[in-house]
Amino acid sequence: MWSDYLQLIKAEGLVAIIMFILLFLKLGKKERNTESLLHFINVLLVINFISGFFFNAEGTLFGDMFQTNSLLSLEKNILNLGTLIISLQSFQWLKGHKHILEFYMLLLSTLLGMFFMISSNNLLMFYLGLELSTIPLAALANFDLEKRTSSEAAMKLILSSAFSSGLLLFGISMLYGATGTLNYQELSQQLTGTPLQILSFVMFAAGFGFKFSAVPFHLWTADVYEGSPVAVTSYLSVISKGAILFVFVSVLYRVFQNISVVWYNLLFILSVLTMFIGNLFALRQQNMKRFLAFSSVAQVGFILIGITGQSAAGSASVIYFILIYIFSNLGAFGVVSLVSAVTGKETVNDYKGFYKNNRMLSWVLAISLFSLAGIPPTAGFFGKFFLLLAGAGKTSSSGWQLNYILITIAALNMVISLYYYLRIIKAIFMDKNDNPVEKVKSTFSPNLSFIICVAGILVTGFASSAYDYIFSLVK
Amino acid sequence: MNGIPISHILFVSTALFFIGIYGMFTRRNLITMLMAIELMLNSVNINFVVFNKYLWPGKLDGVFFTIFIITIAAAEAAVAIAIIINLYRNHQSIDVEDAVELKH
Repeated sequence: MWSDYLQLIKAEGLVAIIMFILLFLKLGKKERNTESLLHFINVLLVINFISGFFFNAEGTLFGDMFQTNSLLSLEKNILNLGTLIISLQSFQWLKGHKHILEFYMLLLSTLLGMFFMISSNNLLMFYLGLELSTIPLAALANFDLEKRTSSEAAMKLILSSAFSSGLLLFGISMLYGATGTLNYQELSQQLTGTPLQILSFVMFAAGFGFKFSAVPFHLWTADVYEGSPVAVTSYLSVISKGAILFVFVSVLYRVFQNISVVWYNLLFILSVLTMFIGNLFALRQQNMKRFLAFSSVAQVGFILIGITGQSAAGSASVIYFILIYIFSNLGAFGVVSLVSAVTGKETVNDYKGFYKNNRMLSWVLAISLFSLAGIPPTAGFFGKFFLLLAGAGKTSSSGWQLNYILITIAALNMVISLYYYLRIIKAIFMDKNDNPVEKVKSTFSPNLSFIICVAGILVTGFASSAYDYIFSLVK
Repeated sequence: MNGIPISHILFVSTALFFIGIYGMFTRRNLITMLMAIELMLNSVNINFVVFNKYLWPGKLDGVFFTIFIITIAAAEAAVAIAIIINLYRNHQSIDVEDAVELKH
């Protein structure tokens, strides 16, 4: 009886147990060796990731508020993998830091919030998970307490996320007024497309747009990404964004299916704006973190195309793309993070002639950027291919095939994005520099994370069974 | 008992929400911006209670949601004020116009 309940919240329970273990370590008086402590935490995260494959149950809990099934377990495990990679990469930065345990407490509590958000079957549970995943994130952005940029980034993050949850809540309250329920299944039956419901949906989508930084709502993204510590930036751009997109897909497909005409038009506009503005702003960035921030904004535009597909293929391609995106973006962020932790250099000009002294890191960065740009042998190509395929597969009721226009715009944007990704690669391999970055010493943990990322980029695309597996779970 | 029609109360809550948005956009003091956000959250609370009372009297979801929003708004304000205090230590000011390290 009890074991059934525990099995359903296994993923959440494990993260909570790890948090408690870290809390008890903190209580002890003894000064601990930071390196062995970091290795210990990484081992815990590996155990957490591996156990995500086993004993996954299906069912609902807490009076239908919480639900889980094998698809949701897979989504949670993708996030577990990303958190593990980020933890490995931030080794160099955390080694000299006094407050390691606090960092992991905040990090894991946001992860816990995302798990609850993904598993939500009720808007109340969704809201609680969302807040649990955003409030500690603002504290994390401020983790370099004495840096001016870090506190400014945290201020911008907390104000914009509080504002966006205000919009989201206003949407939820009107949805409650219109339908009288918060449960997903009941909501999807009650929605008929009255003006009040459409208005509440627009508010709801605006709140979501802030969280995954679609274009009219993206203004906080670059500032926050630049000011936060690099480990937090990569967490924000990959894990946090991925979790929100998982939830967005499932809410759109499960709750708002009846008014899909409305959200198709909304997503169409958002996606075109996001791709163009994200790409055009990425062209002129000189700071690597800001550059990666705008490139991640542009990637969201492509993900939105996949969501417009309104089919099982749409949902599967989004999950598949986020898995690939975790590998490729974390590969790029890992190199930037390592170089920034060791030498403090972050601009594109500093990366000129990078290949001269850092062969391995140059290749990791180049492969990751090729994957982000979507060049064929890497997995990024297959990810984008399935997204566009899902977007093209939408059948239109009116004669107008809007989705083909969308695909054409996406293809144009892939060409634009190729320019700025290749600009970085040119700086690394071809440009001359009198004093290039010296040899950056990399230790075991970052190296392991690079191996995982590169292997993921090279294998996930060709292993079509990955996509087939996700597709079989979605159906 | 129902002397006040629902439209009156909804008018108040919607006005409060947009006053909050206006305050967020025009004010430059961080504490005042935080207060503007609290106004938005409070208007949502009024909405929930009113919908629960007038339209769905048999249910309790709206009232529960209100209690959770109040709790979370308090947690959010605590973290936000901690961040603002740290910002003040670094910048010697809580005016957003002075926090200009990150641009373009």
